[in-house]
Amino acid sequence: MSTMAVPDIAVAPVDEGFWTRSRKVGLTLLGLGLLSAVLFGALATDQQARFTLSDDAAGAALEINGTIGAILFGIIAIAAGAALLAGVPKRWFVPVLGVGLVGFVLSFLCWQVSAAPTGQNFMPLVNIIRGTFILALPLIFGALAGVLCERSGVVNVAIEGQLLMGAFSGALFGSISGSVWVGLVAAAIGGAFISLLLAVFAIRYLVDQVVMGIVLNLLAVGVTGFLYERLMQTDAARYNSAPRFSNWEIPLLKDIPVLGPALFRGNIFLYLGLLLVLVIHIGLFRTRWGLRTRSVGEHPIAADTLGVKVLRVRYRNVLLAGVVAGIGGASYTLALYSFTKNMIGGKGFIALAALIFGRWNPTGALLAALFFGFADQLATYLGAISSSIPSQFLAMLPYLATILAVAGLVGRVRAPAADGKPYIKG
Amino acid sequence: MEPGEIHALLGENGAGKSTLMNVLYGLYQPDEGEILVDGKPLKLKGPSDAIGAGIGMVHQHFMLVPVFTVTENIMLGAEQVRGGIAGFLDRRRARREVTEVSERYNLRVDPDAVIEDLPVGIQQRVEIVKALTRDVDLLILDEPTAVLTPQETEELLTVMRALKAAGKSIVFITHKLGEVKAIADRITVIRRGKTVGTASPEASRDELAALMVGRNVRLTVDKTPATPGEPVLEVAGLVVDDDRQIRAVDGVDLTVRAGEVLGVAGVQGNGQTELIEAIMGLRPVLAGTVSLAGDRINGWKPKKVLRAGVGYVPEDRSVDGLVKEFSVAENLVLDIYDRPPFGAGLALKPDVIAASAKERIEQFDVRTSSADAAVGTLSGGNQQKVIVARELSRPLKLLIAAQPTRGVDVGSIEFIHSQIVHERDVGTAVMVVSSELDEVIGLADRIAVMYRGRIIGIVGPDTPREEIGLLMAGISPDAAHESNTDAVPGDGPATDGSPARDAGSANKDEA
Amino acid sequence: MSDDSPNPQSGSPDKEPASEAQAAQNALGNTERAEVATEPDRSVTTPAPEPESKPSLGRLFLDNLWAANTFTVTLLSLVLAVVVGAVLMIISDPAVLSTYSYITSRPSDAINSSWTLVSEAYANLFKGSIFDPEAFSGWLDGANGWQAVLAPISETLTYAAPLVFTGLSVALAFRGGLFNIGAQGQATIGVIMAALAGFLLPLPPGLHLLVAVLAGALGGAIWGFIPGILKARAGAHEVINTIMLNYVATYFLTWLIVQNGVQDPNRTDAISKAVDSSAQLPRLLGDNLRVHAGILLAVLATWAVAWLLNRSTLGFELRAVGANPDAARTAGISVTRTYILIMVFAGILAGLGGSNMVLGSTASALTPLVVAQIGFDGILVALLGRVKPWGVLLAALLFGALQAGGNRMQSYSGISLELVTVLQALIVIFIAAPALVKAIFQLRAARAARLQTSLAKGW
Repeated sequence: MSTMAVPDIAVAPVDEGFWTRSRKVGLTLLGLGLLSAVLFGALATDQQARFTLSDDAAGAALEINGTIGAILFGIIAIAAGAALLAGVPKRWFVPVLGVGLVGFVLSFLCWQVSAAPTGQNFMPLVNIIRGTFILALPLIFGALAGVLCERSGVVNVAIEGQLLMGAFSGALFGSISGSVWVGLVAAAIGGAFISLLLAVFAIRYLVDQVVMGIVLNLLAVGVTGFLYERLMQTDAARYNSAPRFSNWEIPLLKDIPVLGPALFRGNIFLYLGLLLVLVIHIGLFRTRWGLRTRSVGEHPIAADTLGVKVLRVRYRNVLLAGVVAGIGGASYTLALYSFTKNMIGGKGFIALAALIFGRWNPTGALLAALFFGFADQLATYLGAISSSIPSQFLAMLPYLATILAVAGLVGRVRAPAADGKPYIKG
Repeated sequence: MEPGEIHALLGENGAGKSTLMNVLYGLYQPDEGEILVDGKPLKLKGPSDAIGAGIGMVHQHFMLVPVFTVTENIMLGAEQVRGGIAGFLDRRRARREVTEVSERYNLRVDPDAVIEDLPVGIQQRVEIVKALTRDVDLLILDEPTAVLTPQETEELLTVMRALKAAGKSIVFITHKLGEVKAIADRITVIRRGKTVGTASPEASRDELAALMVGRNVRLTVDKTPATPGEPVLEVAGLVVDDDRQIRAVDGVDLTVRAGEVLGVAGVQGNGQTELIEAIMGLRPVLAGTVSLAGDRINGWKPKKVLRAGVGYVPEDRSVDGLVKEFSVAENLVLDIYDRPPFGAGLALKPDVIAASAKERIEQFDVRTSSADAAVGTLSGGNQQKVIVARELSRPLKLLIAAQPTRGVDVGSIEFIHSQIVHERDVGTAVMVVSSELDEVIGLADRIAVMYRGRIIGIVGPDTPREEIGLLMAGISPDAAHESNTDAVPGDGPATDGSPARDAGSANKDEA
Repeated sequence: MSDDSPNPQSGSPDKEPASEAQAAQNALGNTERAEVATEPDRSVTTPAPEPESKPSLGRLFLDNLWAANTFTVTLLSLVLAVVVGAVLMIISDPAVLSTYSYITSRPSDAINSSWTLVSEAYANLFKGSIFDPEAFSGWLDGANGWQAVLAPISETLTYAAPLVFTGLSVALAFRGGLFNIGAQGQATIGVIMAALAGFLLPLPPGLHLLVAVLAGALGGAIWGFIPGILKARAGAHEVINTIMLNYVATYFLTWLIVQNGVQDPNRTDAISKAVDSSAQLPRLLGDNLRVHAGILLAVLATWAVAWLLNRSTLGFELRAVGANPDAARTAGISVTRTYILIMVFAGILAGLGGSNMVLGSTASALTPLVVAQIGFDGILVALLGRVKPWGVLLAALLFGALQAGGNRMQSYSGISLELVTVLQALIVIFIAAPALVKAIFQLRAARAARLQTSLAKGW
């Protein structure tokens, strides 16, 4: 996507000279590090910043003096930036960058936690990690739906609609039947229904895929909102009181400190989401289905000449995407909340951002979703400790990060070559 | 077709060769008629049927997924899998197979290389390996040499001989006579979708050419000797990269004088496109200078170059020359729309544009239902006339025409050629770039031959075709004289000569 | 459409496409063909009426009516959407639905109850948006004033005005080959700037309004410039960036509202100070009717965009870049500059739409939902209007009518306003796939203006 620069620009010759991308990133990181060491260090208080290994203030904790922590971690970021600036081997780029960014974030946290009112100067890690995953969950499902669709060459802007329809059908049929499993299947079918429309109109009728995605989102908002008012609001007991999946504790894993209580005492959707990332990643890169999917998304004509049924692959993948997103929608209504109007509230678009930020790769999408989930959770946390950072700016983070990514400032992102292009057989 | 035979399918651009082969490969469905294999009619519903019947095809535009590795491309569609329904790819086996096949036929490829990093010649090799791993008996090569350098062409011909020796049949689609004569066992000529004759490779080139085009191939352009004036375009030490940042023009020096036609000949892809795009300001100049009538113009924007009196007929009219959805009238002012009398300030003057269009249509004999018809509805020849009309309707110092008659009917060719010559006669410097040697010879007063990003020689228009052909193959006349004294690349049957000679004759007959 | 439709005009000898490569490209890349490809029976369903005997005017009219031209497809799309909407109403009404359980024994019950439900809802839709006979007879009897008669139209125009702007914003970008999903965000920044100018600047009436409107345009322009420059300089896809910027704008708005100096000092909830009356668009038909000067500005904007597109050098550049950027660039048009300009203009239009939301009668202060959905609706409006300025105006009027009527439908028939969203989405789905509409109604094929092919380009 960002590789196709408009030809008007005389693209600078390949010879980047001294300012390679790695060095530019290094310089930026150095700047961030300086900012955190000086500014965060100055703003942090002498209070201890406590990172408790539990859900609340109790229990063991990692502690550091706020000012010292902010400066220390800032220096780590500076060091990482300086290392990149000095030039490191290519394979060290990502780890060093990672260390630097983590240093920056920790410096920020030291400032924020230490500046919180006394008694609130702690950050419950279990709570934060669990919250991150819970908030990331719909993004993970949504981004996976995007991966399935777009890797086969169909742009999926309808993730929002698929999630919403999944949440709605899960709630409706879960309530009517009284069974979570019926609800889950119904959610998958609901998501697949939106996908079916996307597939038929995009593949059969060649409607522009982005247009179709946008319209389907509105359709989903309209239909679910309409039926919500007509059915669920009038008779909530009957139509909007779906049973919920209880939490499943995974033996052994649940006893791991911090991670155990945070992740392995969750509900089915958490496990399913992580499992799907793994399955889709392996499927995409190690199986026949994946090879064909990717070939259809990159060069459908070539795939056709080798006997791959391009349209069939696309239909199948788009429908699968709907199933995955539908289940993602059910992670709201069959585990957490009852259905409300437009309850996905733009998460589908953050999932799209995660897909792009994760470079159309399941694992990348997972990491991006977790990053966005963390930003979301952090906003909540900072609100709770009455931080001076407005939560709205943290909420903007995923979107700004994605803009920077597609502008090529954070490395190259490249969509599947045939993404969004309808295939018409000669 | 018989086993172990190389059958050439010869025809002009657009004669229906590729369509026929796509039907044979199951990509298109025949409207009527049938295909017989071993005497039995064969119904091909899709490419997989064709592959099943032992037919493989190397397409003119490679059918390779650029981001896949060689192995992935080759295994696609015929994957070896393990693990039942999960269908895990058996990469190790696939790699082994690739290595095996490529060694058996001496087609070296790195199974783990990513396609987009490979040069075109190697990509083609991957295509052939891909077909061979599918155990094809019949291999269709669709214009395989169009994108190859002479060396690569020569290697390809060697490979084809090896395949033939291994008992494979090959259908070789081309419009280049020299290659056909060098390798084919049997030749079928098609024109306008019909078989017009079969011939043996012993047939003379003129015979084949006459069959192919149904008219005398030699294009003659009526023109008087040029009276060159001052230099208008001067290019010195020009260095330009192509889209993939690979050096395409590597130190070109050129001068075009007022009132002369400089023809640039060469096999396509030797830097001609990048050269003219750099002159037009469409592509960054990395080194060297371009001057127009004394002004240094490198670094200028295209608009400024056009405004300085440069006319430009781009090589691909449907991509760069015309906006198909626009009307003929709009396309006729595509690069002067904002100039009086067509535009004044921010306002456009549709009436003036329409009136002027009417005039141009008449003057340049553009066959269209009206000036308001979308240019995409016109035939290729008339589309090209629209471009020529646009560019020649303003005072020019320099006209650059790239492939001015590609895909254009005979009548339009003659008209366009006469317009170009007329432009020269009024004192414009003209540069014609064409891969059709006949066109260059017919139009040019001097011929510059481009090879691998350099001007390898500048010769007069009465230079023997053979000599120019050798230049196009990268062999300068002296060297050619020494090594190829007996191999007159003429009408005689090509015997199993040295590969170098094959390449030479192949490229000479480009036209 | 060049090489599959019978083409009587080209009588020249070479009918083949320019080259084989190009032919392949045509076959594989041209979406217009697909429409034909998907309906092989186009010549079978109805014999083409050859003008050998001169057909009567009425016959001609009928033929045209049943041909799948733009108008017919649009009309039938409306019909289809209304039908689907009716089905939704019926299946979501338990009382009516229960009559279907004994439909075999007493079908009249089911039919009657369904009819009552649906006809009443749609009648309210009509009465709320165009004309209410009761208000008319009431006016004749002197029970109410003339304003009540015009009230539905006034509502329709009020809702339509901002949609005209956002629709034009999306349509203009479309014509330049860009998909502006960011009208929502541009309208959001526009509404912020217009409101800030409206309550922060102490200016005399008239000038104050002008400044506020221009501030809205400026806000939109800034928000359009960002994806424009990113597209031009870094090749970043405008669809992604505009989607992202929509959310950034929304969060910025929610943050801004509660800041000191912006928030209404007498309120604790998220609402800003009110725009001064000197910066409000004047009402056209008195204080009781909501229609305001925004609709006049909208018509003016439509005319301006039409002029810009078809009669200006800038429009020429824009359309050339939209249809074929390579050829435009070769002809000396700066594609990057054009992309930036397109997005700035699109932003200006969307920003004006945003100012309508706070300077008109819809609201006079910023709230988190002050922009409503006008940006997203603008996409639908642009598509429905076939990305032509006057078409956009008509489409916006239709959408405005649906919105206005939907309000009445909600309060009188208890049919939720969401049904309007459904109808709007369905209409656009159907017009976007004319082949489907043709298949459903077995229409004679004709040149229905398809949505621009330049859209199909993916990320």
